[in-house]
Amino acid sequence: MTKPEIQAPFPGVFYRKSSPDAPVYVEEGQVVQVGDVIGLIEVMKQFVELKAEVSGTLLHFSVDNETVLEAGDVIATMEMNE
Amino acid sequence: MSIEVIKPGLASSIQDKGREGKYHLGIPPSGGMDQRSLIAANLLLGNPEGAAVIECALMGPELRFNEARKVVACGAEMTPRVNGEARPLNEVFEVPADATLSFDFVKAGARLYLAIEGGIDVPERLGSRSTYTLGSLGGLNGRNLQAGDVLHILPAHGYATLGRCLPGTLLPEFSKHYQLRVIPGLYAHRLMPESHALFYEEDWSVASEADRIGYRMKGGSPLNFVEREPPFGAGDDPSNIVDACYPIGSIQVPSGSEPIILHRDAVSGGGYAMIGTVISADMDTVGQIQPHQKVRFVEVSLEEALAARVSYQQELERLRQMP
Repeated sequence: MTKPEIQAPFPGVFYRKSSPDAPVYVEEGQVVQVGDVIGLIEVMKQFVELKAEVSGTLLHFSVDNETVLEAGDVIATMEMNE
Repeated sequence: MSIEVIKPGLASSIQDKGREGKYHLGIPPSGGMDQRSLIAANLLLGNPEGAAVIECALMGPELRFNEARKVVACGAEMTPRVNGEARPLNEVFEVPADATLSFDFVKAGARLYLAIEGGIDVPERLGSRSTYTLGSLGGLNGRNLQAGDVLHILPAHGYATLGRCLPGTLLPEFSKHYQLRVIPGLYAHRLMPESHALFYEEDWSVASEADRIGYRMKGGSPLNFVEREPPFGAGDDPSNIVDACYPIGSIQVPSGSEPIILHRDAVSGGGYAMIGTVISADMDTVGQIQPHQKVRFVEVSLEEALAARVSYQQELERLRQMP
């Protein structure tokens, strides 16, 4: 069973929800499909949706809401369902 | 030949050396934010040094070439890949017909310049092919690249040589903590003396709001302005002035909280006091700073700024003379 990591494609601030009052996009342990939004990264006056590139279970987040990321930082670890 | 944009990246736009001499009409220069890297990429390929290239901010695009063509990528460190195979930065390589060119995560710097032999064929607007997105002018339809765009490329001139690379002495140096040289003024007298001193003593970090228009900084102490009755035509905030022209590189501090360095797509004027101007020789550096990296401002004299400009011009001359 492979455990692909979701990395930050560019530097910015990571958000797990669409607004402070909104629920998180994905809970740890939740099953996600390709294209599901996992979070937002804010940079250069843009909020860019971070989407799952594989389907599977999102095991855990490595960073908290509102963490400043560098490109390549690991955001979350997935587990692909065989 | 043409190039199809599969994925545009974050903010990729067509830029050349810019349209100088229109700022008094409200049209900023635009052009590559790191001019030195743009010029280096063109010169390596044998292009005119001001040929139009793709400026890629923080994340590279994915492009498909319909014919083989030589290219070079200079500036920020994002490893180019041809059909997934790594290619060097700062060195001429060929993208074969029907191949895909993509880029890895940015490891250092903020902006990569992708030059293509011949240059990108978009119409000149007011003497330049540079994109000015706020004014919907130049580049491809006056905007950043989007998925599905097709870029036409001027005919290859045949001067590009595979493997030609930047000499080690001319490679860019990136950091996570930069020093930017500043000439105080034109409104530095509006700052309280202790605020003026603090501005140059503290580290500032680049905010998320950093783009081609301006770089917003945060993390330093709030700056206080000298008390005064607002003159006729000035706003009520202590950071307001009667509207004035904004130089490229000028630093304004709305309400004294977050300084903004104006860059090549800036508005030409407004009502905020400029407490200093980043010297022209350091503006390429600004364009390579990532959000959340640190900056220290260093006060210099006009003589020091002019000397720095001479050495910057000498460095460009070394690029023009490279083997």
